[in-house]
Amino acid sequence: MGKVGIIGVGQSVFSRSASGSFKELAFEAFKEACQDGQISAQEIDASVTCSAPEYDKQRSPSALVAEYCGLNGPAFYAETLCSSSSTGVRLAYSLIKSGLHDAVAVVGVQKMSEISSAASQELMGRGTDIQWESPFGTMMPAYYALFAQAHMAKYGLTNEDMAKVRVKSSTYGPLNDRAVFRKSLDLETLTSPDSKMTAPVAAPLRVGDCCANADGSSCVIVVSEEKAKSLSRDPVWILGVGAAIDSVNLASRDNFTSLPSAINAGKAAYKMAGVTVDDIDVAEVHDCFTIAELLAYEALGFAKPGQGKEMIKNKETYLDGRIPVNVDGGLLSKGHPIGATGGSQIRTIVKQLRGEAGEIQVKNPEIGLVHNVGGVGIYGNVTILGR
Amino acid sequence: MAKREIDDRFKKFGTVSFTSISKVNDFVDSLEQGKVMATRCPDCNISYFPPRVDCQNCLGSNNEWFDTTEKEGTLATFSKMKYGPVGFEDDLPYTIAVLDFGDFKMFGRIDNNVPDDSIKIGMKMRVHVNDLQADQKNFVFKPA
Repeated sequence: MGKVGIIGVGQSVFSRSASGSFKELAFEAFKEACQDGQISAQEIDASVTCSAPEYDKQRSPSALVAEYCGLNGPAFYAETLCSSSSTGVRLAYSLIKSGLHDAVAVVGVQKMSEISSAASQELMGRGTDIQWESPFGTMMPAYYALFAQAHMAKYGLTNEDMAKVRVKSSTYGPLNDRAVFRKSLDLETLTSPDSKMTAPVAAPLRVGDCCANADGSSCVIVVSEEKAKSLSRDPVWILGVGAAIDSVNLASRDNFTSLPSAINAGKAAYKMAGVTVDDIDVAEVHDCFTIAELLAYEALGFAKPGQGKEMIKNKETYLDGRIPVNVDGGLLSKGHPIGATGGSQIRTIVKQLRGEAGEIQVKNPEIGLVHNVGGVGIYGNVTILGR
Repeated sequence: MAKREIDDRFKKFGTVSFTSISKVNDFVDSLEQGKVMATRCPDCNISYFPPRVDCQNCLGSNNEWFDTTEKEGTLATFSKMKYGPVGFEDDLPYTIAVLDFGDFKMFGRIDNNVPDDSIKIGMKMRVHVNDLQADQKNFVFKPA
């Protein structure tokens, strides 16, 4: 069995309120991915739709998305909260490696604007154990805040350190025409007590530490090496797909300063790809909150435990730094349409590896990494791509 | 024929309960008696919180209840929430937290009367039953 690669990537504009319905939004990314990969729906023999349920009313969306996109092969549904479309890519990889299929469309889509922000927080708060945690009134910013608080106590992390992650994000967000948040933010705006960016959300996390909910879609077209040859395409190869889980109940976690699912997914992906952290030229990590990006540096071995804050202080993850991270603005700038996010991250790395990233192009990258986390480290997914 | 009675006691747990029927419904009766109970498998000596009837080690279902209110835990982490989900607006602001008892941990809230500036990771706390509106109950942590 040969290699598995990506020939097409697409993404809708991420916005606070998309004009299309769920399936119409999905089509926007699918269309771009087909055009990018110069492949037609007839040549794709399976699809995986990826979303987190209940933000919209559609039940069992996979066949409906397939119908609207003109896809006739078997349709599957993948759900791992915020990492659903990375899971979709892992499933596509397996479907192709098994020989069952040779071209799979992974469509990530989320329409969050049909319900209020508080209602969507209630849904997210139920992405945990609804019997034992949700009845206390949980939501995602508060879950990540627990990790920020513990990190502060153990390693001396400060609000200013976290604000520096947002400064980096908003350095690149304005360059991304698909992003929700395209304003520049300086450190003063993010740390001044008078700024609305420092209003508390869930201490120690503040408004500036949080990404926005968004509507959006992404699409990744995954093919076998033989299929790529028959279509005369030059894919970006999937070198490693690491996945791991951790306990849903925080009561069962060992510590609150790291996310072991991301650490273990990273180890699995490095091993499968036969590379080490030193080989990574560019990365996209799951920065749903500023603390999450720092936890990612530490999970992936970019920094030692507790030292993520030094990387951002030293600007090592800026475009011209040691490992450029989230130079498309990340979730903090792009917004976070749950099921579409992983595919958007993969799209960015595919474009980087092809040398098509424009203003944010990293110099001659050969290997890129995508880190995508569902819940507060419930589902860890790391994908390594290469030329 | 008489209607089969549904044991939905778990709906009493928390500001908003999303579960009504569970094999650990007795937990709610214990709350009404002022106790926050965990379970332990007598064969494997593994403690479980949240409490569960089934042991994942031996696959047995002989877990026994034990009270946690006399025990002292260490505050592992916490967050004071300024915003909350739909259904929890009247509770705001409130502080969620994890207490570490050594052989098990507990996710819950810190009692609203504990001053913010006195809350520190590593402090010793105990769990207490807490009465909510409309006869609902949960549990909160207070300094030991």
